[in-house]
Amino acid sequence: MSNEATLHGHADVATSHGADVHHDEHGHHHKETFITKYVFSQDHKMIAKQFLITGMVWAILGGLMSVLFRLQLGYPDAHFPILEDLLGSKWAKGGQIQPEFYYALVTMHGTVLVFFVLTGGLSGTFANFLIPLQLGARDMASPFLNMLSYWFFWLASVIMLSSLFIETGPASGGWTSYPPLSALGDASEGSKTGMDMWIISMALFVVSSLLGGLNYISTILNLRTKGMSMTRMPLTIWALLFTAILGVLSFPVLLSGFILLLFDRHGGTSFYLSDIFIASTNQALPNEGGSAILYQHLFWFLGHPEVYIIILPAMGLVSEVMSVNARKPIFGYMAMVGSMFAIAILAFLVWAHHMFVTGLNPFLGSVFVLLTLLIAVPSAIKVFNWLTTLWKGNIRFTPAMLFAIGFVSMFISGGLTGIFLGNSTLDIQLHDTMFVIAHFHIVMGVSGILGMFAGIYHWFPKMYGRYLNNTMAYIHFWVTFIGAYLIFWPMHYEGLAGMPRRYLDTSGWLSFNQFGGLNRFISTVAMVVFAVQLLFVFNFFYSIFKGRKVITQNPWGATTLEWTAPIRPGHGNWPGEIPEVHRWAYDYAKDGREFIPQTEPLGSNESAH
Amino acid sequence: MSTIFLLLILLLGFLITFQIAKASEYVGVLKGEKKNFEQNNRINGFLMIAFLVLGLIGVYWCNELYRGKILGESASKHGEEIDTMLYITIAITGVVFVITQVLLFWFAYKYQYSEKRKAYYFPHDNRLEIIWTVVPAIALTVLVGFGLFYWFRITGEAPKDAMQIEVTGKQFGWIFRYPGKDNTFGKKYYKNIDDAKGNTLGLIWDDPYAHDDIVGSEFYIIKDQPVKLIINSRDVVHDVGLVHFRQKMDAVPGTPTTMWFIPKYTTDEMKKKLGNPDFEYELSCDQMCGKGHYTMRAIVKVVTKEEFILWRAKQKSAYAQMFPDKDPSAQPKIDTLPKNPSTAGVQ
Repeated sequence: MSNEATLHGHADVATSHGADVHHDEHGHHHKETFITKYVFSQDHKMIAKQFLITGMVWAILGGLMSVLFRLQLGYPDAHFPILEDLLGSKWAKGGQIQPEFYYALVTMHGTVLVFFVLTGGLSGTFANFLIPLQLGARDMASPFLNMLSYWFFWLASVIMLSSLFIETGPASGGWTSYPPLSALGDASEGSKTGMDMWIISMALFVVSSLLGGLNYISTILNLRTKGMSMTRMPLTIWALLFTAILGVLSFPVLLSGFILLLFDRHGGTSFYLSDIFIASTNQALPNEGGSAILYQHLFWFLGHPEVYIIILPAMGLVSEVMSVNARKPIFGYMAMVGSMFAIAILAFLVWAHHMFVTGLNPFLGSVFVLLTLLIAVPSAIKVFNWLTTLWKGNIRFTPAMLFAIGFVSMFISGGLTGIFLGNSTLDIQLHDTMFVIAHFHIVMGVSGILGMFAGIYHWFPKMYGRYLNNTMAYIHFWVTFIGAYLIFWPMHYEGLAGMPRRYLDTSGWLSFNQFGGLNRFISTVAMVVFAVQLLFVFNFFYSIFKGRKVITQNPWGATTLEWTAPIRPGHGNWPGEIPEVHRWAYDYAKDGREFIPQTEPLGSNESAH
Repeated sequence: MSTIFLLLILLLGFLITFQIAKASEYVGVLKGEKKNFEQNNRINGFLMIAFLVLGLIGVYWCNELYRGKILGESASKHGEEIDTMLYITIAITGVVFVITQVLLFWFAYKYQYSEKRKAYYFPHDNRLEIIWTVVPAIALTVLVGFGLFYWFRITGEAPKDAMQIEVTGKQFGWIFRYPGKDNTFGKKYYKNIDDAKGNTLGLIWDDPYAHDDIVGSEFYIIKDQPVKLIINSRDVVHDVGLVHFRQKMDAVPGTPTTMWFIPKYTTDEMKKKLGNPDFEYELSCDQMCGKGHYTMRAIVKVVTKEEFILWRAKQKSAYAQMFPDKDPSAQPKIDTLPKNPSTAGVQ
């Protein structure tokens, strides 16, 4: 404990002094230029906004890709001449999406949404924005590395985006990019230059995510303000801490997998390649002794923690938003932290459940079944704690709260289908079918994005000093929420019928062609939901400039520190002293008071929670 | 033209929504923030419960709509076990699904903001936490128990009398190999593959076991006889998916995999059972393998033993097709060679 106290003392002295000097400098000497304020900014709040807006651009592009391939799935026989006009005859001959292009679209959609939107956009935004503000720090431990983290992300984005425009097209081997398909240019157009760009972009993304993650961890451990013990931190911070640890430990493994893939592609090595004959060139490759399965192990060693890297921040945001708007403490704070810890540990021990049908030793498979289904226990704890948080609350349905409730509903639905897939016996039937698509979109994609929306709606006033328009927000929520169920619920039936994922046209099959009408329905809903996301984007940018102004420092009546900062905090966050913390973050409805800020000292006869 | 028209309509819709949204914000300010908030809260609270009711009806309706159209009766003995496991899982998760969703939306509706209500300070309760740690743990133990019981039965050793067939995936099709009368696969080496000359698997002709191997695109298996597939790939990762038999296994270049099952009904029996004269068992590729992935189809013929013997008698071995002058069917001595099922793999 004394150790911690020294650390705190240290950090406080360091930051407050540093920032004071800083402020003087800003006030008197060199004023911030456009470049240092908006472009190469080292202010965590600006970096958060950069991540958010870059993430939004990617979300629109990724969403648009899904609209295009849903068009193909819903209307496999139709012709859309406008597509040929826009995309050229190579990709959309006669207004029909060509197979190579279809696979490029699904690959890019997956990569972009999983990594650039739900990792970069979600963690990048809220870790940067909330960690210093909720902990009472002037900025991140290393603002410079933080800036680099964004710019590596930006570079990764630019390279990925450029790969869409090269002649042979972007990577098209699925977002998992399994070799040998991804290793052999002769096996697929997308495995030519597009694949190299994909690997380079992803490598840069890993760098960005490591720079960010190390910064988040060191900030959380070292820069908490006086009185902010670990157990007084809001759950958002706990979630972001576990996320960062997961990322730091698992992303390097992914990088190693990519580097070996690069060697196999260009260095003549045989890490993943063995016994391959290429029909298109009528050639047997010299590679022998490699294992294609090795890549899958390396990939999923990140790939599985990755889904928790996505869902944990969403869980943290939702816990916070739910407690604030139910006007009630989050139920079972320590159980929430404990269950996140359990999830973070188990996240490393379940990756092979993606590989039950690769020929994995059945005994090894059984161990992964056990560990995988174990995750349902901490997940169940979290769900019941959220339900109990709502129980006997006094709920305000702010847009953020609606998204938080929607998150819990989606997380339940998607979590339960995880119990199907984690069971190797059922996975034999369901593996690589539309059931998997339904499962991970609901539990990771939709839940993650609903959590992100909850965060955006809740903290937008802190980011920009203005409110988003409520009416548009309500429309956005209800259409997105209902639409997401209408899109993904029916896919379960397709999957149970064994319909494989990544089939762009099932008309040639007797077993899977009974879903034409259903596919059209799903595609139509997907387009409506996409249109409503544009409404949100419009609301977002409109409100930055023209939204209703925030006039109170603490518009939601929340206890946490970010609401003690000025409405539009400058670099350094608090103009004077950093506030001191005296209690946990969830004193709502205590002792007859609606809420008690963390900065308020405990009363003489008041008990800590 | 119609596309532009559609986009215009979309734009118009946007503008209208935006105007309404803007107007309602002004009205809200005029009405007073508190009144406006209470009204919005009531509407959203009502929508919560409406969503719950309509959603549950929708789920029920969907289930009725697809009842009997999703999973036909399993055509293999393993499949029956997978289906049982599926129903156990649906039952347990279904109960949890309904309870938790009902609580979620019911609480949201019931405890919506009211001036009279005070939220209840209830930060933790260890008894409750223990209940919802232990109960899910028990439920999951049941599921893991059943799951692993079936898993080991399905993935266990194939019976000794299982018929062995080698399945090889390639971009974009399937090659099937039968060991022939000696019941033993000949050796092969991928560098011998030569599509033009007809050696699609790279068989080594010096190996006498290879001489009667039947290689082709037809896939025949026998009703009620266990069949063991030895699965290979010639180029990228493919996956042998047999939806009616509830089977799936990756085809990995350089690493042979296996699966086995017992077909229950012949194709003809299934045609009668389903009243569908066009019915065929299908083999699909379930692992992304390139642009022709979705066309990688083969037909599985389940036949009686007699029909199978007839079919096989008509097949010419790959060797015989390659070297018609050295037809091994003229040399019945191979029949007496010992069985050696372990030579199935690659070199």
